[in-house]
Amino acid sequence: MQCPKCHAPMRTYNRSGVRIEQCGGCRGIFLDYGELEALTQLESQWSKPAPPAPPAAPQGYPAPSAPAWGGSTRKPPGRRPGGFLLCGRYWD
Amino acid sequence: MNIVPILVAHARAAYPHRAAVPTTLADRPDATVVRLGDTVVKAHAPGTDPTHLARRLDTAAELPGVLLPPLTPAAENLHGRPVTYWPYGTPVDPTAPAAAPWEAVATLLARLHRCAPHSALPPMRGPAKAARAITRLRAALRTAPHPAARPVLDAWAALPAWARAETPMPTPQAVCHGDLHLGQVVRHPAPDGPWRLIDVDDLGLGVPAWDLARPAAWYACGLLPPDDWTRFLAAYRRAGGPAVPAHGDPWAALDVPARALSAQTAALAITRALAADRPLDGIERAVVDACARMPAP
Repeated sequence: MQCPKCHAPMRTYNRSGVRIEQCGGCRGIFLDYGELEALTQLESQWSKPAPPAPPAAPQGYPAPSAPAWGGSTRKPPGRRPGGFLLCGRYWD
Repeated sequence: MNIVPILVAHARAAYPHRAAVPTTLADRPDATVVRLGDTVVKAHAPGTDPTHLARRLDTAAELPGVLLPPLTPAAENLHGRPVTYWPYGTPVDPTAPAAAPWEAVATLLARLHRCAPHSALPPMRGPAKAARAITRLRAALRTAPHPAARPVLDAWAALPAWARAETPMPTPQAVCHGDLHLGQVVRHPAPDGPWRLIDVDDLGLGVPAWDLARPAAWYACGLLPPDDWTRFLAAYRRAGGPAVPAHGDPWAALDVPARALSAQTAALAITRALAADRPLDGIERAVVDACARMPAP
């Protein structure tokens, strides 16, 4: 389907059994009838922070698998992604 | 005692023809590394087991296609610290993370993991170092509490005993680097020779997935782009690395080491933030958040 806002193609992700459509362009999320309630219900079952939004996979490629505790891919603020990996502060 | 000038004087005596100006590459409690032209001299941590270090140096000398071989076969003793000599190699360019040699690192790891181990090689020190980071965090918390510490300690407590260095690591074991990150590869001969792994201080027999776990943890924490992770994992598999199955989901093997390394990274970050009286940065918070999502003990 196409994003109703920016008309870019939307991709389907499965988060904890709930299917979510996310726009590859503006990253907006589309929920079917009842899915918001399903997510709210899931959230209430978890006392821990829920995994954030679906991963920002490169366009047209499926994201590689990740563990259940994995989060979304986000750009570290003010840095090029991956650049921090070269900063010894995070290893030693 | 400042070891740097002593180390430089020692290196100049050993290599009198080296006229270069010394450059300090690292000066931490666990390692001081000084470059003198094309030679690098390293003072290892006080209390380093000399027999274990000798076996690790032997391994580096025996696997020159994987590990940077030392210039001298044995360590010297300098004021109680073992000192070793290495050729200088060009490190990964910190200003060009997109050019990071993920495939080369993965291929080197696969080769290392497939090697027949040197006799009497000590255990890989990954879990022991993670445990040390947690011990340091607990010590720092005795002076000042930190709201991010609870999820990290809970994530640690949920790990199996071997990952917390309380019992030996399970089999099958392989020769492991033990502290893999992008600072542990150099091009030798500089500046554009093939990539080689450096720093054998944590090298030994252990669970090979530990060596893949830092990139795996960064990816799972949402910090390493999926493309980089895919390149790394695919290259490791192409090279026949034994740490993960050749096909299918790698996380059955990676999950425990990646959780342990996330807890280690988060523990170090909180300890440092407490010491510097500063808030956690965005990267550090992402790792703590991942710990909070991990299974409870």
